Amino acid sequence: MSNGMSLTAIFFFVAIVGLTLVITWWASKRTSSASDFYTAGGGLTGWQNGLAIAGDYLSAASFLGIAGAVALFGFDGFFFSIGYLVAYLVVLYIVAEPLRNLGKFTLADMITARFDNAKVRGTAALSTITIVLFYMIAQLVGAGALIQLLLGIDYWIAVLIVGFMMTTYVLFGGMTATSWVQIIKACLLMLGTVIISFLVLKEFGFSISTMFKEMTTVTDSGAAYLNPGLKYTNGLDTISMLIALVLGTAGLPHILMRFFTVKDAKTARSSVIWATWIVGIFYVLTIFLGFGAAAFVGKEDIIAANAAGNMAAPLLAEALGGDILFSFVCAVAFATILAVVAGLVLSGASALSHDIYGQIIKKGKITEKEQVLAARIGSITIAVISILLALGAQTLNVAFLVSLAFCIAGSANLPVIIYTIYWKRFNTAGAVTAMLTGLISALVLVAMSPNVWNPVEGKAIFVGDPLIMLTNPALISVPLGFLGGFIGTLLSKETDDAKYREVDVKANTGISVQDVSH
Amino acid sequence: MANNQAKKGIVIDYDSIANQESFKSLVRRKNSFLWSMTAIFLSAYMLLPILTSYTTILHQKAFGEITWVWIYAAGLFIMTWGLCHLYVAKANSFDREAKAIIAEYENGGGRR
Repeated sequence: MSNGMSLTAIFFFVAIVGLTLVITWWASKRTSSASDFYTAGGGLTGWQNGLAIAGDYLSAASFLGIAGAVALFGFDGFFFSIGYLVAYLVVLYIVAEPLRNLGKFTLADMITARFDNAKVRGTAALSTITIVLFYMIAQLVGAGALIQLLLGIDYWIAVLIVGFMMTTYVLFGGMTATSWVQIIKACLLMLGTVIISFLVLKEFGFSISTMFKEMTTVTDSGAAYLNPGLKYTNGLDTISMLIALVLGTAGLPHILMRFFTVKDAKTARSSVIWATWIVGIFYVLTIFLGFGAAAFVGKEDIIAANAAGNMAAPLLAEALGGDILFSFVCAVAFATILAVVAGLVLSGASALSHDIYGQIIKKGKITEKEQVLAARIGSITIAVISILLALGAQTLNVAFLVSLAFCIAGSANLPVIIYTIYWKRFNTAGAVTAMLTGLISALVLVAMSPNVWNPVEGKAIFVGDPLIMLTNPALISVPLGFLGGFIGTLLSKETDDAKYREVDVKANTGISVQDVSH
Repeated sequence: MANNQAKKGIVIDYDSIANQESFKSLVRRKNSFLWSMTAIFLSAYMLLPILTSYTTILHQKAFGEITWVWIYAAGLFIMTWGLCHLYVAKANSFDREAKAIIAEYENGGGRR
């Protein structure tokens, strides 16, 4: 692996780079307005957006991380698959349609549809940018380490390659290019996963029960491999992590943004159905990836390649399908990273350029041309900041930043989304306190957690005893976000009954001028 | 949107729609459906870590070497797909009601 790339690998990587650049060139001709840039003009169909949601959501953490976690920890690794999938029900039942009916480009647009206030918009933008940066650092550091491992090139070059590609897609092709990169990535990822799963099943004689039976003997954990408890032994910690997974998704800015790329709530709905089927099938297949890696690669070799288990899926591909499948799966992992970081850049740029610059600093008095220029400058800004942070974070253990991003999303964004749509008494003060309480409590609690503090040198960022034993503090911070919004609301006398009736009507009927003007 | 409204001189009287009995009834039924289903699927989901952390009932074998925890997990997957489609069926019927509500508003002289 580290002895340079094979010709096959070079072919697949060049094919992906080439194909995505052609798409970007094609998309750039269709990107002239701010709406084109942020939402692809709202013109995506249900299946397109559904695939793009899947492509946006199935990050390297899902593909490489879960395969590795299942391989090393059996059922405990599969908890992630369950949590990431059930999360779609929260998105579909509570968030998707009202968001589509009320919002324009960003989460802040949706909240300010009710509370037209710079503080509310600013706080929502702050929370979006925080989540985007944390998530992006995790993706870029992971991408750098992975590509370093796969291709044998230096970490900093790998980060710069990924950074350059994501910036190119977003800068020239906006949401149209980003969406199609995500759609292609989703198809490639499903293809790769189905092929590996098929090969794994073939090894087990196409019998699920044989597979489970074999798995009780091939690892050093014996029958315990098939039961929870290999990794997660603290009940509250497990519960807390699962809360973050299921509630965080509905507050992730790059996922929420995808609902503005379709024309109406009905299409938003059908795109979630597509996404849920694709993502669900993928997560079922993570069982085969993980079991296969444990059986045909072996725990020792997986850990030797990467301590976190991230190489499990590529190594399995190599064991069952040789160099061609290995190269293909590595290229798919590369495409996976590109698609996710491009979506992140776009949602960060929308908060920076649309919310903070366009709506707060320029107070909405901004021409179409200026908006597009601002969006491009914002994209470069977000990309450069995250690339610099990722270059500086090479030696840090950043895997927890993904779960931190989920935690902030569930604690800072979800409460304010729910209150805005469903709570009549909610007001401006409550919106600001809900977001700030969720954001600050998630950050502070993680800063005290075992992810940051560990008595053993090198296990976490600082050496020392953690103050709380929850690796993911969603169990505390999500209720705090709701409580913060509740108390903030009651402390202020402000009410907005008329405005709430408007929001309620819009959210539930999707009514707009077009509906009554014919 | 605000600009379009001003240009065409059309103002939607949201209060009038919000006060229609049909609208109030739709929102009531819709919210009670959404939130009761949410309570059900979140409970089913959170029960998994509670059962696996504090009991061993899901650790027992169900079929061959497959333990109940996998069956429960499979149940959660099927639940997710099933509830997705239930939602679409429900939402389509809510859509028809919403259309009727807008029509009622237009015919009722809600336009200024």
